[in-house]
This record gives sequence, structure tokens and C-alpha cells, in this order.
Amino acid sequence: MHEISIAESILEIAEEQARAQNARSIQLIKLRLGEFTTIVREALEFAFEIARQGTLAEDAVLEIETVSILVRCAVCDRATQPVVGICLICTVCGFPMEILTGEELQIEYIEVETEEEWIKWKLSQKELPQGQQSESRSRPTS
Amino acid sequence: MFEDHGLLVINLMSAPGAGKTTLLEATIKSLRGRCRLAVIEGDLQTDLDAQRIQALGVRSHQITTGTVCHLDARMVARALTVFPVDELDLLVIENVGNLICPASFDLGEGLRVVVCSVAEGAEKPRKYPVMFHKAAVVLINKIDLAAASDVDLVELEANIRSVNPTATIFKLSCKSGVGLDEWTEWLQHAVAARQASVLVGA
Repeated sequence: MHEISIAESILEIAEEQARAQNARSIQLIKLRLGEFTTIVREALEFAFEIARQGTLAEDAVLEIETVSILVRCAVCDRATQPVVGICLICTVCGFPMEILTGEELQIEYIEVETEEEWIKWKLSQKELPQGQQSESRSRPTS
Repeated sequence: MFEDHGLLVINLMSAPGAGKTTLLEATIKSLRGRCRLAVIEGDLQTDLDAQRIQALGVRSHQITTGTVCHLDARMVARALTVFPVDELDLLVIENVGNLICPASFDLGEGLRVVVCSVAEGAEKPRKYPVMFHKAAVVLINKIDLAAASDVDLVELEANIRSVNPTATIFKLSCKSGVGLDEWTEWLQHAVAARQASVLVGA
């Protein structure tokens, strides 16, 4: 259930960035989520659905990239991807291993729509004849 | 912000019932007169733990999270208005008893300390690897119960090392007092080192 706090925090960061760009809405939030965290992807997606209401990201897509665990032995340089459980003692030389990837919780980028782009889109909709309007419903994003 | 004050902040975590508050009481008694400390307590309900700390003459503040399974930095920031942080050497934040969620929330601490009581069984570090991996210090508590709990301390320590090869580990019992001095002396050195780093501008 801690995913709701994480979702709120993600939205807070994304909104801060979006406001700095004078954006009127957030279209997409790209997240990198490591496997070696206590955050469950499905739970985070569900929490995001709730937390985004009333924010600039109300209609945003949350795109999550899962980052696998990769560990490496500092001594023999052997890199492995643990399958079941994690053990940070190298099975070859017995020295400690370090986690290279898998601990990520990172907003990689966001896509926003600025006021200018939105007005442009609205105007383009008015210029189009009635029949074509429905076809160009997908709005451009930057 | 804690760095600027030369203040050592500990995020104390464990499963419910591992003995965090009892350990904290024993630590406070041992450090009495040697460092200025305060405690923030996190629980879902009640201020029982804050009362226990206050009974020792130490300033404490209880955060009750309602149903939330962890403390986060915002809750701690709000609690900080209660403490004049520049008058402290050590601030201990006792997190909600839980081996999962608190691992993901950075509270601005300098040290993560995880308490693991032997009665929980030797395999806990492998079952909750994120929590144990992120700990700087692991305190194996209630070692007086090892035989009664049928737990091999060597196996437990090896399991901690398997997810955290560089952890500083202490084995102690708050009940018998064995091992407590090693921990509190180490902690006092850590507090002094924290202050020294500010004095030299590191």
C-alpha cells in the first residue's frame, strides 16, 4: 500500500517540472522501476490512477520500464542476473558483489502540452470541416 | 539539511516486536550524559513508545500514521518543527515495524539501522533482502533466545552477509545486556565523527 505515497511523490515531481515549462497538462510520465525495490508495478499503476485525479497529469499515461537486477563481483568482475533470490557473495571467488542495476525508481522524462500547443490544436480543429474533425482527435504532444 | 547541523540521524527499522524501543531505551541509558539526543516515534496508533522514551527524560515526538505502513520524509519534516535540531547530536527515527515498505523511503538519515531478533528465524534477511541490503548496521537482538528459538547465529549472520556483505553487525541482548556496550560505543564514535566532519567543513 506504500505505492500510493510513491505515486503522489511522482506526481509532485512531474507537476513541478511541468509548471516550470508552463505546461497546461502532462501527457506522459516515463518511469524506470528496478526489480530490487519494494515497489510493485501493478500496485503503483493502480495507485497512480487514483492519485492523478485533479492534477496536471489527470489524462497522462504512466509508462513503466522494469529494470532487471544485475550484480557484479568487484574482484573477478563476473556479472550475473540472479534468477531466484539475491546473494551478494560471489559463487566463484567468494568476494562481495555489488548491485549494478535493479534499484531504480526514476522519472526518466515527462511529455507535456503547453498552452501554445493547445491553442494551436483548438484552432486547427475549428478550421477543419465537420466530417474530418473526429479523425484528428489525437492531439500533438511535445 | 541534517548534514549542516552536524547531527547524526538514524532510521531505525525492524519487523514488529524485534525490540526497537527496548533497544532504544537501553541505548539512551548508556549514552546518558554523553550526547544530546531526541527520538521520533512512528506507529499506526498510540503514543505508547513516545511515552516510554519521555519517561527516560528524553525528548520524543510520536507520529501516528493511521493506516500508513511507513514514515516518509514529509512526516519527519513536520515533526522536526517540534525539535530544535541545532541543539542535538543524535536524532533517532523509530520507523513503523515493517520489513518491507520503510525500506523504500529515505528520511534524510545518515545511518540505516535494522534490528533483527533471533526469534524471527535465521532466514529473514534472505526473505526481505531490500531492507537488509540497505542497512548500514544490523543489530541482531535477543541473542539470549537463540537456543530456545532453535536459531543458529552463524547462519543468521551469513544470511545477512549474503544480501549485505559490508554491513556492520552487532549481536546483543537488551535483556541480559550482553553486546550492548560494543554497539553504544560504536554509536558514540559515529556521533563524534559526524560532528568532526562538520567542524573541518567536510
